[in-house]
Amino acid sequence: MTSKRILITGLSTYWGGRLAQALERDPAVEAVIGVDRRPPKIALERTEFVRVEDHHSLIRRIVQAAEIDTLVDTRLVADSIVTSPRLAHENNVMGTMNVLAACSGPDSLVKKVVFKSSARYYGCEQDDPGFFTEEMRRPRPPRTLIERDVVEAESAVRDFAEGNPDTVVTTLRFANGLGPAVRTSYTRYLGLPVIPTVLGFDPRHQFLHEDDIAGVLEHAVRHDLDGIYNAAADGVLVLSEVVDLLGKLAAPVLPPFATGLALPLLKRARLPISADMLQHLRFGRGLDNRKLKATGYRYRYTTRETVIKLREHQRLSPLTRGMRESYRYEEEVEEFLRRSPSVRRGAPPEPRANLAAGEAQAVPSPSAPAGYADLDAGEVIALLASLEPEALTALREHEAGHAARKAVLAAMDALLARPRSAV
Amino acid sequence: MASSTGRASRRDVAETPDALVPTSAAGGDVAVGEPDLRDFLPGIEPERQVDDWGRSERFAALFDRTLVDFYYHLWFRCTIEGLENVPADGPGLLVSNHSGALPPDAMMIMKAISDEHPRRREVSVLIEHFFKGYPGFSMLLPKIGGVAAHPANVHRLLYDERRLVLVFPEGQKGTEKLFKDRYRLRRFGRGGFVEAAMRAGAPIVPIAVVGAEESQPVFAQLGLLKKLTGLAYTPLTPTFPHFGLLATLMYLPAKLTIRFLPPVRTDEMGEAPWEDKSLVQTVSHDIRATIQEELFDMVAKRRSVWF
Repeated sequence: MTSKRILITGLSTYWGGRLAQALERDPAVEAVIGVDRRPPKIALERTEFVRVEDHHSLIRRIVQAAEIDTLVDTRLVADSIVTSPRLAHENNVMGTMNVLAACSGPDSLVKKVVFKSSARYYGCEQDDPGFFTEEMRRPRPPRTLIERDVVEAESAVRDFAEGNPDTVVTTLRFANGLGPAVRTSYTRYLGLPVIPTVLGFDPRHQFLHEDDIAGVLEHAVRHDLDGIYNAAADGVLVLSEVVDLLGKLAAPVLPPFATGLALPLLKRARLPISADMLQHLRFGRGLDNRKLKATGYRYRYTTRETVIKLREHQRLSPLTRGMRESYRYEEEVEEFLRRSPSVRRGAPPEPRANLAAGEAQAVPSPSAPAGYADLDAGEVIALLASLEPEALTALREHEAGHAARKAVLAAMDALLARPRSAV
Repeated sequence: MASSTGRASRRDVAETPDALVPTSAAGGDVAVGEPDLRDFLPGIEPERQVDDWGRSERFAALFDRTLVDFYYHLWFRCTIEGLENVPADGPGLLVSNHSGALPPDAMMIMKAISDEHPRRREVSVLIEHFFKGYPGFSMLLPKIGGVAAHPANVHRLLYDERRLVLVFPEGQKGTEKLFKDRYRLRRFGRGGFVEAAMRAGAPIVPIAVVGAEESQPVFAQLGLLKKLTGLAYTPLTPTFPHFGLLATLMYLPAKLTIRFLPPVRTDEMGEAPWEDKSLVQTVSHDIRATIQEELFDMVAKRRSVWF
């Protein structure tokens, strides 16, 4: 992994926090710094939080002072329930430009930029293909402000990539996230006791579990993925099946024509359906997620499993409400824990058994890691994708000298032969 | 539900560890460039009721039992010829003539292949985008195998998922034509279907259908009604518009003959044949001529419209 000093913008977002959590556990990462307007929502061990607006010169000073080599931008708001459209525009377009400007320039040390975008980029139209691939442009101009924001932010990222050919720029287009901890218009919509649908339509939906959102971001930090990647779970479900899996009833009450005119009524009825969702509830959207899978990422959940997880959460949440203590960021406490000489910071934290990315921890040791001999060929091959080339070379020698399993050796050779940027 | 044997077997492959090895390396030469994305198609979840394209096995079976079966055996008394020309595995692009106001030919061809073909393969049929905007149709057509006619969809179905795809290159022009023009093929679009088959290396199987023209003859197009309702087209048929939407499934009992013609191979036309626009047009034209000739032959030799 080439990324050692990492800046995360948007630390207070769910995925920003989860990513910081995963990265700070890795001893190979020297520093994790998070900036945001709001404090982080989850407990962080050694990540430094700096409260700052998306101001170009301030972020630039942080980037230079901390010798940041990797920037992960997770600020993009692609959901109108989070903020007002005007604030979202400030954040999505102006903020992205400022953050990117802070990383460009001839003296910049930033070698990698990971940008969290949204599948909103593709829009939702009648003549869409069944599965969007990364090269496709949206067939029509954006319909809503948020969609326009996403398109503009991505074009800023593209300009940055063209202006800085030595920097690895990863754009990740995420499908709608679902899970207990994320709050989006879809988690609210699917949380209704009876789910209103558009009469005569059964749109195709694809989701992504919250663990996978964090996992994909971590994967992009750990590997050099240049270009645009779709991130969406395997499988596209029709809405009626989603409702069925949730154990709820669908009520086809939204009129198929002039749905936009009915919108004020829906607002009056307190239904969480925004103008952004109307197109989606009619035509749906599917993404082709194979390009990311080909880089070695394995999704932990399919769309179906994501929905089932949501159902479990929905059933339990009335029972567990208030039971779990929520984390509150207190500046003085965090300062004390990180700076005070009285705090004992001895052994580095143990690596977790299962990482959020669903891939095994890479152990870059010259000989084989402990317990290697116990793994069977399939398990070994599954781990290979996460290894660094040097570790892989060492492991290949070990394998050739000991068990010399043909399938394992072939897989190793194939991985080693691949150009480094593709791994 | 296993939607085709081709997909099911790929799932097995994907579970073996060797699937992680890029195919170019498995082929012997040094791995260069892109891995084959076909190895990364999502696996089948047997608990699913509806597949990724929106096809519902349960609904399709219900539709088949209640309506299609009756029309196929009793109403149209379909005669099938040359079914061996439909590939037993791998991709195939089926190209047919189109006729009748709400054409029964698609349903009957799909039924013929899923019931009488030795491998009982399923067929995806390409439908116009405007159906996706109609409430009801938008919901039901994908459930019985309809897929929007987008080049990317065709490529994924043929190349990646190796399925059978049925296309009517005449498109709407075929269903709009009047009874006096019966069995005269319209223009075959811009040859997009040939290009799609070439990119996927899939054989093209021409199909000639006789009888569908008489099952729902169109006497005129009602321009005023079209303007008033905003429907894609409003034909005057023996049953429409006076029976309303019920008329969509009211056919005259003509006898249907479906003849599958020998496949045209596209994988031996050289390197990237789709770049050669004149070749694409030539192949498209040849296929159209083949179907046209076959239609005239079948119409000339048939005993009666009804028997």
